[in-house]
Amino acid sequence: MLKKISTIPFKGTPEQAKKLEAVIAECKGDKSLLMHVMQEAQEIYGYLPYEVQIMIAEGMDVPLEKVYGVSTFYAQFSLSPKGENNISVCLGTACYVKGSQLILDKISEVLGIEPGECTEDGNFSLEACRCIGACGLAPVLTVNDEVYGKITEDDVPGILAKYQV
Amino acid sequence: MYRSHVLVCGGTGCTSSNSLAIIEALEAEIAKKGLQDEVKVVRTGCFGLCALGPIMIVYPEGSFYSQVQVSDVPEIVEEHLLKGRLVKRLLYDETVTMDDVKSLQETDFYKKQHRVALRNCGVIDPENIEEYIAFDGYMALAKCLKEYTPAEVIQIVKDSGLRGRGGGGFPTGLKWSFTAANEADQKYVVCNADEGDPGAFMDRSVLEGDPHCIVEAMAICGYATGASEGYVYVRAEYPIAVKRLKIAIEQAREYGLLGKNIFDSGFDFDLHVRLGAGAFVCGEETALMTSIEGNRGEPRPRPPYPAVKGLFGKPTTENNVETFANIPQIILKGADWFASMGTEKSKGTKVFALGGKIKNTGLVEIPMGTTLREIIEEIGGGIPNGKKFKAAQTGGPSGGCIPASLMDTPIDYDNLTAIGCMMGSGGLIVMDEDNCMVDIAKFFLNFTVDESCGKCTPCRVGTKRLLEMLDKITSGKAAMEDLDRLEDLCNYIKANSLCGLGQTAPNPVLATLKFFREEYVAHVRDKHCPAGVCKALTTYSIDADKCRGCTACARKCPADAISGKVKEVHTIDITKCIKCGVCMETCKFGAVVKR
Repeated sequence: MLKKISTIPFKGTPEQAKKLEAVIAECKGDKSLLMHVMQEAQEIYGYLPYEVQIMIAEGMDVPLEKVYGVSTFYAQFSLSPKGENNISVCLGTACYVKGSQLILDKISEVLGIEPGECTEDGNFSLEACRCIGACGLAPVLTVNDEVYGKITEDDVPGILAKYQV
Repeated sequence: MYRSHVLVCGGTGCTSSNSLAIIEALEAEIAKKGLQDEVKVVRTGCFGLCALGPIMIVYPEGSFYSQVQVSDVPEIVEEHLLKGRLVKRLLYDETVTMDDVKSLQETDFYKKQHRVALRNCGVIDPENIEEYIAFDGYMALAKCLKEYTPAEVIQIVKDSGLRGRGGGGFPTGLKWSFTAANEADQKYVVCNADEGDPGAFMDRSVLEGDPHCIVEAMAICGYATGASEGYVYVRAEYPIAVKRLKIAIEQAREYGLLGKNIFDSGFDFDLHVRLGAGAFVCGEETALMTSIEGNRGEPRPRPPYPAVKGLFGKPTTENNVETFANIPQIILKGADWFASMGTEKSKGTKVFALGGKIKNTGLVEIPMGTTLREIIEEIGGGIPNGKKFKAAQTGGPSGGCIPASLMDTPIDYDNLTAIGCMMGSGGLIVMDEDNCMVDIAKFFLNFTVDESCGKCTPCRVGTKRLLEMLDKITSGKAAMEDLDRLEDLCNYIKANSLCGLGQTAPNPVLATLKFFREEYVAHVRDKHCPAGVCKALTTYSIDADKCRGCTACARKCPADAISGKVKEVHTIDITKCIKCGVCMETCKFGAVVKR
């Protein structure tokens, strides 16, 4: 799967850099911790732009090509920033047979963005995800860490309204 | 001593429906009534009946409250905990009979279940090691270290007949003996908790509800195979499981149950947790090890097998969570006890995650050999809305489906393989007449195309071509000979892919072709989707006899495709129709027909 790579200028702060340096310092000796460092970096910056990948490569003493290779291999790593509110619709099997594709389509239509994109005002980003394990509540979507279960297309506007600015 | 314990489910399902707020409200309300020294609130792991969450059980009575809301809490505290009167309206209706309240074990959902791997889930507080110890926790490890040699431990596991629960079904004892036979300065134990099969969540429930049993089992495996270090590879999508596992490891270290010289036996063992990052292929054992090493999770050719050259190039034993969860019980109760359950070649129990079009969605653990009919009709409570059962999908993107005609097949590894299906990790998704089997096959192919790591060509290119062929079929552009080409390509990918992902990727297509060929034929020859799912092949029309001419549908139609004046029969212009289905939802008289 090709990842969307952001062209938005990098806006990292010195505080963020400091946090990342501390993580790297702790893990430096063990190259198998590369993924762990990248996960922490994504936690700090919200995504993994090239600038951050370079910091990780230099800090961990691994080739940049390897950091890039790992970041594009795993679905969790994002190369573009997410919106203020990230909507993730589960397309796992249990949710799919209960119509989660229709829900994803509906949100996509309402927000005017495709999965993997961010609204122009930066308020919402939309993605499809694989099973989050709440199959008993299918179909499920999450907004940030909030889980909404047993939803229908009609619930979509109400859910979005909660996060509208 | 408390006179009453209130157990509230803190698994992912119930947490998603706000059970943590219920716990807070309960504790506040109990304190308000001054009952805090008499009643204890415990946050447990998953009870299994996720469809009815949030779930709460009050002991000693064993009253099972379902779909509890925060606003119900004062009533439960006032009536049940203070005055001893059950809040009948919240009891799970299966437990309420005319004049009595049945215990949970007598309900259809629970009575056929036999909980081995899930025994502590929904029973103990997973964040408290003492509760685990009180339920014979770490006794099995002590017994191994004090009474058995490593070879004896392996023999017990072999005799039990336990087979890998991750899907492959390889005999666990045999796997352990391979690693044990290899001399090395360092060996590893790896627990595969990268539960990637969408729709399966038993491993997550075990880690959330009973993390210590995995810690204990991995230590036992380390002792048996001569490994002093272990890794648990967990999906990052399971934050609650990760947190509880880390707490469990920390507590086990404090109690001296991990670390140096465990139980003064001279045996050292410690555990590390590594998080996955969302790659299905990492469920494959060699890919998982490559990922733990910090690389792109691409599989390696076998041989050499992990027992010879695994993690960091050292001999490694890898088992899945559910497999490990059985180990302490096998050690404590004996191989014969375990082997007495199940069928001739598949011993013990299996956990299934029931999902899809079924009333009781959730987790069930049943002896091997239970039939699909028992699972769906009795335990699962049947199909909702009076719909007809069509098929059950097992084994996720690597598996197949079981049609209604084979519902009485006793479920075990070999029977499922014989019908072209597979056990997989235990996801069991029920489909009814409204699901299109070609669409389902396409859904899984979409998944594998996304998740193919790209290392070998048959899988990388082959699955993509398969998906394109399925697209052609569901959009009505295929010819009959395409069905044969589809099957040929499936067999080619199966025979030539490097790892399990590619070798099994065509299974959903092959199984649906085998059991539901007529649906493929309908799509190809008649350009018709019998279930009405594939949009390109569906048309909407209005039944003139039922239409009252109310104009409701015409007003709602986003494409202005419905013409019709008040009190006159409406018609749909199919050249304008975008097949959104709004008219069908809007019509109060059932006059809109989808075909």
